Amino acid sequence: MAHAISSPTPISGTGPAPSDLAIPIRELTPWLVLGALLAMSVLVLISSVQGAITIPEGTAIHEWVHDGRHLLGFPCH
Amino acid sequence: MSTRTFLVHGLVAGLLAGLAAFVVAYTVGEPQVDRAIALEEAAGATATDGHGHAHDHDDASAGHSHGEDAAVSRTTQSTLGLATGTLAIGVVLGGLTGLLAALGLGRLGGLRPAGSTALVALLGAVSFSVVPFLKYPATPPAVGSGETIDSRTAVYFGFLAVSVAAVVLAVALARRVARQWGGVPGVLAGVAAYVVAVAVAAVAFPKVDELGDFPAGILWDFRVASLLTLLAMWAVIGAVLTLLVDRAWQRHSAVQARRELAASL
Ligand SMILES: [Zn+2]
Repeated sequence: MAHAISSPTPISGTGPAPSDLAIPIRELTPWLVLGALLAMSVLVLISSVQGAITIPEGTAIHEWVHDGRHLLGFPCH
Repeated sequence: MSTRTFLVHGLVAGLLAGLAAFVVAYTVGEPQVDRAIALEEAAGATATDGHGHAHDHDDASAGHSHGEDAAVSRTTQSTLGLATGTLAIGVVLGGLTGLLAALGLGRLGGLRPAGSTALVALLGAVSFSVVPFLKYPATPPAVGSGETIDSRTAVYFGFLAVSVAAVVLAVALARRVARQWGGVPGVLAGVAAYVVAVAVAAVAFPKVDELGDFPAGILWDFRVASLLTLLAMWAVIGAVLTLLVDRAWQRHSAVQARRELAASL
């Protein structure tokens, strides 16, 4: 069905109301939880400061993303 | 229009945003970072490591010292390293903005998908980047003491969390008020609630002032560059995600229209 969109007919104002499009919260929750956790993990990795919370030990990641940390506004020095 | 659509669009927007942020950070920001590092090394406290990351105190956490190994060269830090940082943050923020736009779909007053998506991106930029920047502006290398880095990191992310939580609650409040009294009072209530919440938090959170005698000119240029980097990232996330969502919605509407037409025959 989705392949049959060749009609040049312009979309009139009779489309679905915005609220009909809402995705149920039940369906969204697991995505949002996973997304938030992933986002926090990346923030921790990027901003891992003095090694106290660096997961692979050492300073490699810390040094590698050093300039990004400063220019993206995260605390470093 | 499924959650998956929004996530994929958000990741694409975030990748492009990371590239845009890298270009801005490299061209506008790196000269300031280099000037700051040159100053730091001229001051010569403990700076002999050649990669510009000499902290005043290496004893802040045991077993971790920047002074002993130049693990990553300055050239790498300012190119591949910088790109890694902007791309990682861009993709993560883009993906999360996409998911939040999916949550906002059909839930933000009468806004159509493009409008609600653009609003979500705007709220993300304000709450995640602009407001935290106003309270705790970015600092170049050579500013700040290694002894306070843990507490500065804690208050920075604490304030960031308050700002993001406040915007989520403000949107919930705006929707509630809008249902009862209409759209304009709803928007005003949401804006007012967010402004009051972050103003109180800004006063309550401690002040960080470790600039010392760092040259004001370089500091200003660095902060402008940092803000431009963040704005470039959010502008691309917002623009690309909105365009992709709008295109998906046009297709969705066309399919719907054809189904209705077919059903009516
Ligand atoms: Zn640094």
